Amino acid sequence: MAISTLIGASIKRREDPELITGTGGFVDDLPQTGLVHMYVVRSTEPHARILGIDTARARQADGVLAVFTGKELASEFQSPLPVTVSFVPEKKYPPHYPIATDRVRYVGEPVAIVLAQSRAAAEDAAERLDIRYESLPPVVDMEKAIAPGAPVLHDELGSNLAYDVKRAGGDIEAAFRDADVRISQRIRQQRLIPVAVEPRGVVADYKPFANALTVWSSTQIPHFVKVWLAVILGIPESQVRVVAPDVGGGFGSKIRVYPEEVLAALASRKLGRRVKWIEDRSENMKATHHGRAQIWDVEVAARKDGTVLGVRATQYLDLGAYCSQFGTFQAIALLLIQGPYKLQAWDGRGIGVYTNKTPTDAYRGAGRPEATYIIERVMDLVAQATGVDPAAVRRKNFIRQEEQPFTSLMGLTYDSGDYSTTLDKALEMVSYQQLRKEQAEKRKQGKHVGIGLSTYLEICGLGPSVATTAAAGIGFWGMAVLNLHFTGKATLVIGSSPHGQGHETPFAQIVAETLGLPLEDIDVVHGDTAIGPMGMDTYGSRSASVDGTAVYLSAVKVREKARKIAAHLLEAAEEDVVYENGKAYVKGSPTKAVTIQEITGAAFQPHRLPAGMEGGLDETTFFNPPNFVWPFGAHIAVVEIDDETGRVQIQRYVAVDDCGTRLNPLIVDGQIHGGIAQGIGQALFEDGVYGEDGQLKTGTLVDYLIPTASDLPMFETESLVTPSPTNPLGVKGIGEAGTIASTAAVMNAVADALSPFGVKDIDMPASPQKLWHLMHKNGGSKR
Amino acid sequence: MARPITITVNGDKHSLEVEPRLLLVHFIRERLRLTGTHIGCDTTHCGACTVLLDGVPVKSCTVLAVQADGRQVTTVESLAVGGLHPIQEGFKQEHGLQCGFCTPGMMMSSFALLQEKPDPTEDEIRWALSGNICRCTGYMNIVKSVRYAAQKMKAAAAVPVEAGARS
Repeated sequence: MAISTLIGASIKRREDPELITGTGGFVDDLPQTGLVHMYVVRSTEPHARILGIDTARARQADGVLAVFTGKELASEFQSPLPVTVSFVPEKKYPPHYPIATDRVRYVGEPVAIVLAQSRAAAEDAAERLDIRYESLPPVVDMEKAIAPGAPVLHDELGSNLAYDVKRAGGDIEAAFRDADVRISQRIRQQRLIPVAVEPRGVVADYKPFANALTVWSSTQIPHFVKVWLAVILGIPESQVRVVAPDVGGGFGSKIRVYPEEVLAALASRKLGRRVKWIEDRSENMKATHHGRAQIWDVEVAARKDGTVLGVRATQYLDLGAYCSQFGTFQAIALLLIQGPYKLQAWDGRGIGVYTNKTPTDAYRGAGRPEATYIIERVMDLVAQATGVDPAAVRRKNFIRQEEQPFTSLMGLTYDSGDYSTTLDKALEMVSYQQLRKEQAEKRKQGKHVGIGLSTYLEICGLGPSVATTAAAGIGFWGMAVLNLHFTGKATLVIGSSPHGQGHETPFAQIVAETLGLPLEDIDVVHGDTAIGPMGMDTYGSRSASVDGTAVYLSAVKVREKARKIAAHLLEAAEEDVVYENGKAYVKGSPTKAVTIQEITGAAFQPHRLPAGMEGGLDETTFFNPPNFVWPFGAHIAVVEIDDETGRVQIQRYVAVDDCGTRLNPLIVDGQIHGGIAQGIGQALFEDGVYGEDGQLKTGTLVDYLIPTASDLPMFETESLVTPSPTNPLGVKGIGEAGTIASTAAVMNAVADALSPFGVKDIDMPASPQKLWHLMHKNGGSKR
Repeated sequence: MARPITITVNGDKHSLEVEPRLLLVHFIRERLRLTGTHIGCDTTHCGACTVLLDGVPVKSCTVLAVQADGRQVTTVESLAVGGLHPIQEGFKQEHGLQCGFCTPGMMMSSFALLQEKPDPTEDEIRWALSGNICRCTGYMNIVKSVRYAAQKMKAAAAVPVEAGARS
């Protein structure tokens, strides 16, 4: 690519003006007429048989149009909700329908819907339902769930075990035989609740005579929702339109086809009315999926010089009550544990378990934060056991740049990476040697200071179609349609569906740069399947590298056609025509140029085109990347733990990230900041807790702590650029990197701060209470 | 039983009958169709619904519409008067928003802060906004946005900022 001026510029976001003036359009904001409001009645029981639901009194309530139980709706579903093979094709899973009929398996599972003239009337009427349950013993703990004799959630599966699989490479026995140091550690990944600030919401409008359905949904995946509404409700896909309007964050929590999308559409079809459902936060905490929820048993083989030879680990993944659409995606961690290190062997076992809890699915990073957390904790455990500095342990084990492209023990090919340079940069930013001296000084003064490193490697850019079909059952691709109008303006339709990232700005930058069009002449359209019927949507940090490349390739194709038209207009041979900065001219005669606007005008007047050329200037690209992309970086957290309160204060947070070419650094940095904050949330605050009775104990934001402005520091970010060889723009992904890195950085810092107390590992979140007890359990005495 | 109330919202007087249980946020969003004020929780934690009630920031999900009878309410829709307000400009310039759902509430809290403290420190900004949850930005750029606005408003002190002051 030529040296660019627009790609890489921190252009302010074009999405902002509406959002900052209160004129944006989230689902609940859209003007809609003739609405009926849906209230979803949910199970209050974690595990029970439904003996009966008496709806008579509810139906008679003021303003109620209809009440439907699961049994009354069951015959309408032509398919259960989708489940992708998602990295564990061996799994057993039961069909999961949008609403329970005779048995409930988690608190929050839909059991009935009430349709009324207002949300309040629907909610009032719901209280008049008489639901009779026969309670069954709840299965809450994962290990107990798969022990013999445990109550079984899904009778047809015979047990609560969804899968028990092996993912291994290298000679693990040899690694342990050759080891001087062997470490065993149980590491928990607590259950997290995503809490996008906009809860979900759906408006569904079914037109009976046309058999056509329009659904507005707060979703990350309008294209998937379109396909599956068609399949589940038996409506031709061409008659289903799904619109993702402004979407208030997702972080993976809006990545699946949800029961309420189907229920609202079905209710609309049954009533012939437009139906609206808006999730409230209490519903959201239990009805929208959770993430992480894993236990890892890890064994490490290392040499006393800090060389890590091999890792053996079992990942227990709590799937919750059903296998969600991407429910086993988090098992991808089993393929990624190696990270940026040269291990001799990896021996992984994955166990998926059903429990009476909200299903789990992707949450920012999905499998990658867990893999990073494990291997980064391993590096620090090895450092602690061998007395080798954590930075030196990492350096010793890094894959070197000259070994790229590197094939991992699991057969994945890293496309590029320079891990030691990002670490060196981060160490330099914190003045590492000096910092260690200061830490020693402060320890003498009784202060608990910790330094935590996290050198992550991430896989993103789903994906090479062959690889993703083999692993996940779907061939992924990116898509972009670029249309030039008669007046030289452009419409770009993308197959990804942003929900806060700001795709419109960098994607317009790519087109403006490639075609020399003014940025403001390019309109970027997304999230409406009537306009862009095909797309693979937004998750897993894929948009820039996959759809962004499709955008670029469409622009290149338009440019090439424009050059051909220009040659004809200039009466020159095509190879003599140069196209730059929105103009085409014959080599050596730049003053006699035709502009892209003039070329576009000609494109719509067939008599001005070369013989045999079709009119119009529009190009579609389906981009199937040859590989994943592999961002990486080094983060360092410096913390101090208050001796009296146990509160962790993050004194410095340094992030050096390499995501290849940065299309718009303003947006890249914003993604890093937000990602770091969410990772810190897991490390220090967030914890989705169920009681032994199967009730969610952290069902509101009173109990489930999200980091606030006063909890977080300023982040110091730097970037390095190793262009990805996987796509012509050289871009990787950055949406999840912050989260992938920061949990481990902060927890390594907390563990480092408490190492004088003999602490090796701390279960997240590192709450003040927990840390205070660790510091004071022996009357505050250090080992 | 519906009760008559009169609330002045962004300078416009509205006399309507409302149910006593109607929340102020629903009054603003559903009766007046001012949808810039958002609802992000039901326990007064997220702050997406923050508006000014007689100039003081409140979470409008925890105020009944009848409690606002005879009072002045200011929402995000009033900020831009003949161009973006410096706070809005700050959020745009400093990339203080991503999904934008929390942003109206965040800006109303910022507005109240800058009325009280025209030149706040980082800690003061963080503390003032600690009742508004943002899940996207990590808050750093929000802090910078508020600082940007403070500088801008200081520079323009000779020109009175009108948003929220209309009656």
